[in-house]
Amino acid sequence: MNRYPVWKYAILVVALLVGLIYTIPNFFGEAPAVQVSSGRATLKLDPAFAQRVEQVLAKEGLTADFVQFDGNSVKARFADVELQGKAKDALTRALNPDPADASYIVALNLLSRSPRALAALRAMPMYLGLDLRGGVHFLMQVDMKSALTKKAEALTGDIRTMLRDKNIRHAGISREGNTVEVRFRDAATLTAARNLLADQLPDLDWTEAADGAESRLRGTLKAAAALKVQETAIKQNITTLHNRVNELGVAEPVIQQQGADRVVVQLPGVQDTAKAKDIIGRTATLEVRMVDDSAEAAAAAAGSGPVPFGTERYVERGARPLIVKRQVVLTGENLRDAQPGFDDQHQPAVHLTLDDKGSRIFRDVTRENVGKRMAILLFEKGKGEVVTAPVIRSEIGGGRVQISGSMTTMEAQDTALLLRAGSLAAPMEIIEERTIGPSLGAENIAKGFNSVIYGFCAIAVFMIVYYRLFGMFSAIALAFNLLLLVALLSMLQATLTLPGIAAIALTLGMAIDANVLINERVREELRGGASPQTAITNGYERAFATILDSNVTTLIAGLALLTFGSGPVRGFAVVHCLGILTSMFSAVFFSRGLVNLWYGRQKRLKAVSIGQVWRPDAPATPPANA
Amino acid sequence: MEFFRIKRDIPFMRHALVFNAVSFITFAAAVFFLVTRGLHLSIEFTGGTVIEAAYAQAADVGKVRTTLEDLKLGDVQVQNFGTPRDVLIRLPLRGDVKQAEVVSRVFDAICRAENGTVSTQQVTTEKGEAISKPVCTAAAGAEPVKLQRSEFVGPQVGSELARDGALALAVTIAGIMLYLAIRFEWKFSVAAIIANLHDVIIILGFFAYFQWEFSLSVLAAVLAVLGYSVNESVVIFDRIREAFRRYRKMSSQQVIDHAITSTTSRTIITHGCTQMMVLSMLVFGGPTLHYFALALTIGILFGIYSSVFVAAAIAMWLGVKREDLVRVAAKDIDPDDPNAGAVV
Repeated sequence: MNRYPVWKYAILVVALLVGLIYTIPNFFGEAPAVQVSSGRATLKLDPAFAQRVEQVLAKEGLTADFVQFDGNSVKARFADVELQGKAKDALTRALNPDPADASYIVALNLLSRSPRALAALRAMPMYLGLDLRGGVHFLMQVDMKSALTKKAEALTGDIRTMLRDKNIRHAGISREGNTVEVRFRDAATLTAARNLLADQLPDLDWTEAADGAESRLRGTLKAAAALKVQETAIKQNITTLHNRVNELGVAEPVIQQQGADRVVVQLPGVQDTAKAKDIIGRTATLEVRMVDDSAEAAAAAAGSGPVPFGTERYVERGARPLIVKRQVVLTGENLRDAQPGFDDQHQPAVHLTLDDKGSRIFRDVTRENVGKRMAILLFEKGKGEVVTAPVIRSEIGGGRVQISGSMTTMEAQDTALLLRAGSLAAPMEIIEERTIGPSLGAENIAKGFNSVIYGFCAIAVFMIVYYRLFGMFSAIALAFNLLLLVALLSMLQATLTLPGIAAIALTLGMAIDANVLINERVREELRGGASPQTAITNGYERAFATILDSNVTTLIAGLALLTFGSGPVRGFAVVHCLGILTSMFSAVFFSRGLVNLWYGRQKRLKAVSIGQVWRPDAPATPPANA
Repeated sequence: MEFFRIKRDIPFMRHALVFNAVSFITFAAAVFFLVTRGLHLSIEFTGGTVIEAAYAQAADVGKVRTTLEDLKLGDVQVQNFGTPRDVLIRLPLRGDVKQAEVVSRVFDAICRAENGTVSTQQVTTEKGEAISKPVCTAAAGAEPVKLQRSEFVGPQVGSELARDGALALAVTIAGIMLYLAIRFEWKFSVAAIIANLHDVIIILGFFAYFQWEFSLSVLAAVLAVLGYSVNESVVIFDRIREAFRRYRKMSSQQVIDHAITSTTSRTIITHGCTQMMVLSMLVFGGPTLHYFALALTIGILFGIYSSVFVAAAIAMWLGVKREDLVRVAAKDIDPDDPNAGAVV
């Protein structure tokens, strides 16, 4: 009667296997590694670069466990620290021939020691939070007000240009906060302007107000548009931060949005907040200049002549040198936006939007230089590089510039990103800062781990002594719960923190409740005179409703913490909620499976080992099976 | 082995008045301390800077304090943290001081007090991870003091955390009440929430009385306790409902006594197990988990008391009747219920 159909056992076996596979990577520890990442914004690594790293290592006779490319860096794992140091030196020498102008960042790093077969199954160890591995944490607040002001300012310029283009006379345009106000002398012009503006600028809501002889048109940014401005601003800031942080050569930097207007930056292994702040706070600048196409310049570019007077030599992406005039046409300040897209021929293109002043200058310059090339340069750390150098086909007015031709969609995206990467979309302020020393992190791991282990052992010993075989089943189910929880966290690639470990401990302490409920119920049924098999069935069934109720209430508290918590509390809540779910599975389903497997087949079961069942009416009754 | 050999239902409810009086006095004392002393909120809520430094020898807390007072950073608190060599320095938020520089200024000052100089060094750990950090070096290459951890929280974050914490508490209470009202009856849901809020207030009362630091993780512990000790009430309520169905002749008071008596064993064992885990955290978890585990300990102990003695008593005062629960039973006939057939 107490038997599971085969499919239920199958589920349990699968759960056990999956649990093991995903938990195991956490036990391999970490091995020394070298990480090579791009040292400048204009240089992107590709999978082929891994082979280059391999070649460099092979030439020096250094053997890496493996070399892999993972999105934006190449990592090579080594057997020991000595080899790691040599490899770092070799790679630095080979990849950065000129130390003053490093294209690549070669940094020491750690990689999981777990076998690659497991990594292929996406079974990877959990990330360790900063409190467990040491590092710096910044929480930065993006000044959204200034992002909105910037947008309103830009729209003010657009309105001015549009009205002038259509010859609509206004009596003045002003901006107050995020509201743009246009004054008109008569109602007819106002209507004309309103029609035009409502059509051309869908981001604004227009209202009319009469004020004596003048009538006014007020435009306020629509809520949806304002939201979009904020989203774009924070995305751009994150991108910019990524580019800058990459330079630190940090193993696994975390740069994430938190809430609507905050960015979390976590840099494991970094202890030097001053340097980190310096790098995060740095600005890059963008400049537009004309390319010198003269014969001397061509010779200079080829390296056979001196650089002509009033020009400079820069390297274009793809390593082609280019001679560019010193005179700056425009700076990044005049560039409002750069977006990837497509041109009329459906070729990938980058669309630039310039501000009012920028558009005017750009129109004049393009009119005079049709057929010539212009260069867009990005200056970082005092060094410039040409992002792109397009040919001017015709005069460009209106501030909307399109760069197209001979680029892939990917390149268009990269270029747009680089053009925007010049600066932060909105200023940021550090509102929370934390540094944790590496030794403290290791200490925290040990302490958290010990708490879980000793607590677990105490519970297991007690359960086995008090409930005998059923206690053993409960203890195994609890271990299974721990396994599933760790596997689940590893699968989700959750970040383990000290509060997370505390949550694991607490969840285990609470999860045993379900088994206690079941065991007590079974004893009670036995006490009531039920046969062992019936007692098991009824015990489990009656206890289930209670277990469900009590878990739901705990889950409510957990979910509230998850929704409203931040930082350490969130880490706690995630583990707590997942733990409640896994404990339902293991304490009820899994432990029943064990009981069924052990007792289910015995038709004439006389007694079960659940410790002494004491009967009030007959105190002298010997224990059912002690 | 069987710890609880109870022959007869224990008449808990006969003493309900006494228990409620005890609860009320504890509760009143907790509220009194909360009002008069207030919570010692961590910098996560108030904003400010915390620096943990590890000295090579036992630290001279007085010396550190005088050194830092010279920096004029406001009301500086210096105390030992865990061991005599570890020192925790707390600095308040001050408008006129640039917060971003506070940590480096403090570290510089305490380093100089030990005749050392701060420099940034690139270190490779034994495992092979490169770390750059400010290091305080004295003569002969000794490192008299190490910067273990620092934390700065701006004023914006603190008030938000307090608001989010209050919201989380409110949502938890509302969620649990709603669930219990649906699953049982409004009287139970009110009783359970009063009983468990009384736990929460008592935990807070302890923190106020001893001026223990109330941090975010303590808040998490408080909410976890709330969810957990409602468990306890749920288990008892479940039994009350079952007993109402089963024993038709018992009065409400007898039913409640029976329910509490028959769950006593489970209550003590479960809480004992959870408490073992929490004690393990308290003993082995180190100073970071100390107050978290402490809050849980108090919560678990009072959780037992409040669910057994307070929740059921309140439900009784509110006048729980068989009709409140059996109405539900009449709709979905429980096949295990020996009286199921009798319901028409």
